[in-house]
Amino acid sequence: MEHKKKLMKEQLPKERIKNFNEVPFGLTEAQAVAEASRCLNCRNPFCVKGCPAEIDIPAFVQAIKNKKFKDAIEIIRKTNNLPAVCGRVCPQEDQCEKFCILGKKGAPIAIGYLERFVADWEMAQANSLKPSTANPKPITAAHHKVAVIGAGPAGLTCAADLANMGYDVTIFEALHSPGGVLMYGIPEFRLPKKIVEKEVGNITGLGAGLKLNYIIGRTKTIGDLKKEGFKAFFIATGAGLPNFLGIPGEELNGVYSANEFLTRINLMKAYKFPEYDTPVNIGEKIAVIGAGNVAMDSARCALRMGAKKVYIIYRRSREEMPARAEEIERAEEEGVIFNLLTNPVRITGDEKGNIKEMTCLKNKLGEPDEGGRRRPIPIPDSEFSIPIDTVICAVGNDPNPLLVSTVKEIITGKRGNIVADEEGRTSVEGIFAGGDIVTGAATVIAAMGAGKKAARAVDKYLKGL
Amino acid sequence: MYNVTKKEQLNPDICLVEFEAPDIAKAARAGQFIILRIDEKGERFPLTIYDYDVKKGTVCVVCQAVGVSTKKLCALNKNDFILDVAGPLGHAVSTEKIGNIICIGGGVGTAEAYPITKAYKESGNEVKVIIGARNKSLLICEKELKSLGVELYVATDDGSYGRKGFVTDVLKELLSKQKYDLIYAIGPIVMMKAVSQAAKPYNIKTLVSLNSIMIDGTGMCGGCRIKYNNESKFTCVDGPEFDASLIDFDELIKRQGRFSDKEKLALHEYECRLGFKH
Repeated sequence: MEHKKKLMKEQLPKERIKNFNEVPFGLTEAQAVAEASRCLNCRNPFCVKGCPAEIDIPAFVQAIKNKKFKDAIEIIRKTNNLPAVCGRVCPQEDQCEKFCILGKKGAPIAIGYLERFVADWEMAQANSLKPSTANPKPITAAHHKVAVIGAGPAGLTCAADLANMGYDVTIFEALHSPGGVLMYGIPEFRLPKKIVEKEVGNITGLGAGLKLNYIIGRTKTIGDLKKEGFKAFFIATGAGLPNFLGIPGEELNGVYSANEFLTRINLMKAYKFPEYDTPVNIGEKIAVIGAGNVAMDSARCALRMGAKKVYIIYRRSREEMPARAEEIERAEEEGVIFNLLTNPVRITGDEKGNIKEMTCLKNKLGEPDEGGRRRPIPIPDSEFSIPIDTVICAVGNDPNPLLVSTVKEIITGKRGNIVADEEGRTSVEGIFAGGDIVTGAATVIAAMGAGKKAARAVDKYLKGL
Repeated sequence: MYNVTKKEQLNPDICLVEFEAPDIAKAARAGQFIILRIDEKGERFPLTIYDYDVKKGTVCVVCQAVGVSTKKLCALNKNDFILDVAGPLGHAVSTEKIGNIICIGGGVGTAEAYPITKAYKESGNEVKVIIGARNKSLLICEKELKSLGVELYVATDDGSYGRKGFVTDVLKELLSKQKYDLIYAIGPIVMMKAVSQAAKPYNIKTLVSLNSIMIDGTGMCGGCRIKYNNESKFTCVDGPEFDASLIDFDELIKRQGRFSDKEKLALHEYECRLGFKH
């Protein structure tokens, strides 16, 4: 963490909370080469085992070391079509970097930073150097038509791999722009939208068709698409319906789901209101419930929108917080106040429906639950109130029933998640699924990994037809 | 991009816009809605589907120009483009034979009552329709509703046309004379609330169609949630049709106004840009 922090320069906290520009600046060429030169190029590299996108990490790091940046990006692109995205938002500390042998004694190689470096290098060269994958692949694989539903990380990855294999792929996206959570969820200062647009453009450049404003389950059903000749389906519709707290007062005007709050700001650009038409109301004192990456994103957006005080309210302790350490640290530097071991019990408002305060209970930690995290137990008589005018609920999502309800034969789990095996096969022949619709809210890279595996399974299935 | 094929001004504030959207037209059913985004900087907002034509591949909405987005839509003309249209969304109205039905439309909701009435009529129901407006010049869709062969009652606030009073005055009279199986109301929230209250003593099932503030329209944002039978429900995926007796209308009115200050500001900016104000 310290090594990485020293390595990459970033906007100072007091400056960056006034803008939506990206926080870290990226490595310089000299820094990247120096960092890559630390790599031991292990004969049996562990880092690769930690990468759901199956990138040949030692090879691309060696290429950077040798200043062969074009080679480096091409090595990454063999298996990963969203390198500039992954370099920024993957939790590398829990993946490739966690397994790096250098980490045993000192700092692991900053693999994520290096990935970002070459991806950005490629974009900077874009005018003089055509990305090698931008040429549409001829449709060869028996011309089978495949429908990918949802243009988020899982769908895009699956579509790219299938297009590369020569399938006739169409991606159907419900929103007006592709990218899924990369566009509506993750804020500009963590993942600039221009970068997402560029990388998504590379994928559609492979020859995958993209239909926007297209809601499978409503505009057309999977049954309709079958009649049109689609032979296989990959459902990657994402996280879905936001959970609320289930406490009194959650219908008050200032209560947002993190999905709504972030979508207004990121996808609809409410931070540029009134130049953009979509508004968002930000009070002075904001409580964000939850402590995942989505909660950190919400808290940091609220600060940038002009909030005076932003609290993270979390029922467990610091150790259990699911957000990336890097994001927690940045939120803290920016002045977000952490109210841990705290459980909201009700929100009170005035006669106009505006929030006045939130009442909470203090918790202590009990025995670990089935997930291994220590269970929070409310402490009797510990009730206290905080004056608040905005509440953002970042407590996860339930799967969206919109599509699933139109595919009667598909088996779903207790909460409505689609049940799929390791390769993405569902209970219905020819229908595959992956990403958050299967696992519940997880990471961008996990969804991409699921997309990759499903692409291979789809290929195998179609070859057997 | 969705090409506008027809534009008609129904009254000074309300217009009808028809545009090409063949896949939506094919899937659309009465009671469903679409989400529109007029231009690159625009909001996403829902509108009830007024009519659709599978053969022509067109969808038709009726829109009252009140805020920036609706004004932008009403400013479009034939051969202009709408940037984004998604749908059809929400549940459609029932196509079962129910019996004796009263459909009520108020303001721009009068247009929205048209497809509902048509659907009920086509399913073999006996339908009476009550429509209302502040005055005669604002009344819309009278001819279209009449053409469905229903008994039509008109109420205007000032008595300039039909009977003087509210749609609920007509409703109370009808209810006192005969038994009905269903009331369906669509219009301003206060009107739907009043209809619900008027129907209560008669214990008649009353459905309303809500037009909550939404972004995606697919259940993702939860902005359109209402308090329904003391639970949170999403208008976009659980509705837009709800049993009126279970809706917390007062809560809904507050939620509908939650961006009103910002909406005023945006409207002012919009009009400045157009050069109406300085």
